[in-house]
This record gives sequence, structure tokens and C-alpha cells, in this order.
Amino acid sequence: MTVVAAPENAVPARSTPRRARRRGVRPLVLNLVAVALGIGVWSLLSAIGVQGLPGPVTVADRAGELIADGTLAEDVLASLRRVLIGFALGTALAVPVGFLMGWYATARGLLEPYIQFFRTIPPLAIIPLAIVLLGIGEVPKVFVIFLAAFLSSVVAAFQGVVDVDRTLINAARVLGASDRTIFAKVVVPASTPFILVGMRIGLGSAWATLVAAELIAAQEGLGYRMQQAQLYYDLPTIFVGLITIGVLGLLMDRLLLLADRRLTSWQERR
Amino acid sequence: MIPKITFRDVVRTFPVKGGTFTALDGVSLDIADEEFVTVVGPSGCGKSTLLGMAAGLDEPTGGEVLVDGAPVTGPGPERGVIFQQYALFPWLTVRRNVEFGLRLADLPAEERRTRAQRAIDLVGLTDFADALPKTLSGGMKQRCAIARAYAVDPTVLLMDEPFGALDALTRVQLQDQLLDTWSQDRRTVLFITHDVDEAVYLARRVVVMAARPGRIHKIVDVDLPYPRTEEIRLSPEFSRIRNEVWHSVYHQSPAAV
Ligand SMILES: Nc1ncnc2c1ncn2[C@@H]1O[C@H](COP(=O)(O)OP(=O)(O)OP(=O)(O)O)[C@@H](O)[C@H]1O
Ligand SMILES: [Mg+2]
Repeated sequence: MTVVAAPENAVPARSTPRRARRRGVRPLVLNLVAVALGIGVWSLLSAIGVQGLPGPVTVADRAGELIADGTLAEDVLASLRRVLIGFALGTALAVPVGFLMGWYATARGLLEPYIQFFRTIPPLAIIPLAIVLLGIGEVPKVFVIFLAAFLSSVVAAFQGVVDVDRTLINAARVLGASDRTIFAKVVVPASTPFILVGMRIGLGSAWATLVAAELIAAQEGLGYRMQQAQLYYDLPTIFVGLITIGVLGLLMDRLLLLADRRLTSWQERR
Repeated sequence: MIPKITFRDVVRTFPVKGGTFTALDGVSLDIADEEFVTVVGPSGCGKSTLLGMAAGLDEPTGGEVLVDGAPVTGPGPERGVIFQQYALFPWLTVRRNVEFGLRLADLPAEERRTRAQRAIDLVGLTDFADALPKTLSGGMKQRCAIARAYAVDPTVLLMDEPFGALDALTRVQLQDQLLDTWSQDRRTVLFITHDVDEAVYLARRVVVMAARPGRIHKIVDVDLPYPRTEEIRLSPEFSRIRNEVWHSVYHQSPAAV
């Protein structure tokens, strides 16, 4: 799993362009070196004949085939659709629920036991139940992903609301703000950074749940393809699937990070 | 004439582990309309608690707090508060921060802009109107907070150690600026500070508080004319009053209740 779930707030302070460039380029070069080294080690391991391990070239060939015959695109689309729908629904619900819990003690009292309880159950453990109750179509797959995304981001949204600086709320109150205004004009913006962190964690969980969700009688999808490959001992395909999941997860995480930077550039970062 | 602000036998206790903690015990104080009163006292003697009750952010557990003769039931835009921490909205620019209260008051856009601009100019932040708080220095943040409070034109200003975190120079500048605006446009000011010089320089009366339990130890009249100038700051009379206040802050006999 390549999805980075931890918040990355450690943006270096704006410094002189030259220093900034030195800082920016070095890690990138190092990253590329690391990737090259990794591929090198991988080639070496497969060359000296580690049991059944396909080399990078074999995997790349397989990727080429899967791309050429359209299987990869189909699988990626199917998986992405499930992840995105589940994730979108999960966070769309998590934000208002988290806000409710943070704002109203009653809502917190009522909802928290359930949230805490379901959080301790790995979403994958829900799969058998989801199949029995929801059948074997798209619904149970999306539902499990939805649940994973919801549970991991609801807590972040809730924490965001609870952590809003009391003095900011008081500052708005003394200027004549009603509860509703305070909510919209202070609580929502102040907790945006938390919510975005929650969304990144939620996305991580959504991806993490994908492959298992596609165990449920799927006809296409990256997880399904990998399971099929497993039946035929087709390691190159499994590798293609793994790398694709990793790369897609990383891309989506970067996109969220970008949104985070944009939306919360007002934050003082240390 | 009824006082602008009245604290009558105000008691404030907080429930703590194993009992109650008395933050304020029987505080009575009248502040006249357009009067400038400063409060000094040791840390933890209940200064912020007192101010919070006038602001309507907290309620007394005993006694009452009146503004214009009526009990305080909550915050209101006629009472501007400047907090010990700047409490600027970090996601809004200086201008938007200053406009925050004006938007709530539903003013026409035109008037909102002119009033915000006037407040921003007044505190000398004209060139930084479109900057975000994170790019401002401490003194500039504090001036922005002051502009935000001024913009809604409150009749009462409640200021909690507003200059506490500033360097000596900025501090003196802001003191003069505050007195300047106050003399142009008199309001009632309740101003908390740790700094004895500041307390005497600004006020007509200095309230010295004592701790454990928080109470008023002494009230010192400052019979110095306004406008206050550097000359006054360096005068023997100023020193005399300053020494009196200093003495009652730092040499409170523990028995004095
Ligand atoms: N919510 C609270 N619960 C319990 N105790 C409190 C609470 N708020 C304040 N106190 C106590 O009341 C006392 C007075 O607090 P307050 O903040 O008014 O002091 P202060 O005079 O403003 O101090 P400082 O000069 O350090 O700002 C302190 O001892 C503090 O511990
Ligand atoms: Mg205080």
C-alpha cells in the first residue's frame, strides 16, 4: 500500500528561491535514485532466481499486453469508480456527521458509541454481512469502501470541530455572530485542515478496502484481475495490479494534498 | 447618572476536583460612561474572568453585572472585546477580519467598506489591508484586532492585555494611538494590563486586584490631565502615582481582605 495517510504539514517556510530550489530538487533526485535502485534490486533478485519472481521487464511486457487489449483500462475504471463513489459518499456523510458530533453534545453522545464501535471492526469483516444483506452486485462493494472512508474521516472532522480555538468563537460572538454564523464562518473554515487530513486518511482506507471488496463476485476491477491471476499463478499480472493500485493511490493522495495546500494556505506552518 | 458598567458583589466560582475554586469574591465596581479604567493585579487574580463577564461570555455565580443599568445576558456588538490572544481569523485578510462584524450588522457594502477602511487607516495598517494574519508581526496583528473592534463602533471597549506581547516601543506607540482615538471619540474603556506604567499612563482610575480569592485590593485615582504626553509620563506626579500602584500590586499584605 503506497497511500500515505499521515498529514504532511511540514512545508518548509518560504525562503530564498535558490535555497528553495536546492531543497526541492535534491529530494526529487534522491527519489528517482531510490526508484532506480529498487528496480535494480528487483531485477537482481529475479535474475538470481528467487522462486517464481518475475523481473521488471516481464512485468512491463505484461503491462503492455494488458494495456493493449484494454483490460487494464477497464479494470482501472471499474476500480476507480468504486473507490471514488464509496469515498465521495463516505466523506460527504462524514463531514456533516463529524460537525454534528463536534457541535452538539447530544449528537456526540448518541453517535459516538456507534462510531467508536464500528471503527474497531475492520471494514473487511463487514463483507460477509454486506453480501448477505446487499447481494453480490456493486452495492456491497461500494458500501464497504464507503464505510471505510466514512469511519476514518468522521473522526477527523469531529476532532476538527472540537479543536476550534475557543477564542475565535468568542471573537465572533462578541462581534454579534449567531450560532449559525459562527458555524459557517468560523467552525467550517477553522476545521478545513482537519477535514482534508481526514479525507486523505479516508482515501487511504478506501483503497485499502478495494481489493477485498472486489472479492465479492466482481466481473472486473484491479482486485478481481489479481485474484484471477492468482488462480493461474500469473505473477506478472499480480505485479501490474499492485503497481497500478499504488500509483493511482499516490496520485489521488497528491491531488488531495494539492487541494489541502490551496485551501489552507492561510495556516501558519512550522 | 447610571454608570456604564456595574459589577455588584460579583462572585465567580469554578468547580474543580474536590470542591470549588473562587476566582472572584465580592467584586463591586462602577465604571462611568466614557471613563478609562485599567485593571492590574497578579496573574490569576481574575482579571480576564471579570472582563469576560462584562463581555457576556461568562456569567457570575453570585451578584450581578450591569451594562447601562441592565443585566448582561450575552455578548453584543455595542461591547467590543480585544482578547489577550489576538484572535484574528487566520483565513481572512486584514480587511476581511475588520469587516467581519460589519457584515454581521448587514451594512450596505459601500458603508461597510468605508468604515473598515477608516478603522484600518486609524491603526496604520493601510498597506497591509490585503495581507493574511500569518504574514503580520505581533504588533500588527494586535492593531488589526483593535481595528476589528473599532469598526463596529462599540460604546464599550473591553481590552484584555492587548499590548502584553509587544515590544516596549510598539507598546508606547499603541498606547498613544489608543488615547488619541479615545479622546477624539470617547468610549468607556476597561483595560487589563500587567504593566503598572501602562495602567497609570492610560487610566483615570487604576483598579488594583489581589489574588486568592480574586478581589479588588485598592482603587487609585490618576489625577493627571488628558491628553497624556511624554512630559506627563516623565513627571514627578506620574512617578508618585506609579509608585503607589506598584506598591499596592507588589506588596499586598496577605491579610488585606
Ligand atoms: N474555566 C475555568 N475553570 C477553572 N478555573 C478557572 C477557569 N477559568 C479561570 N479559572 C481560574 O480563575 C483564576 C482567574 O483566572 P483569570 O484568567 O481571570 O486570571 P487573570 O487575572 O486574567 O490572569 P492573567 O493575568 O495570567 O491573565 C485562575 O486561577 C484560573 O485558574
Ligand atoms: Mg488574563
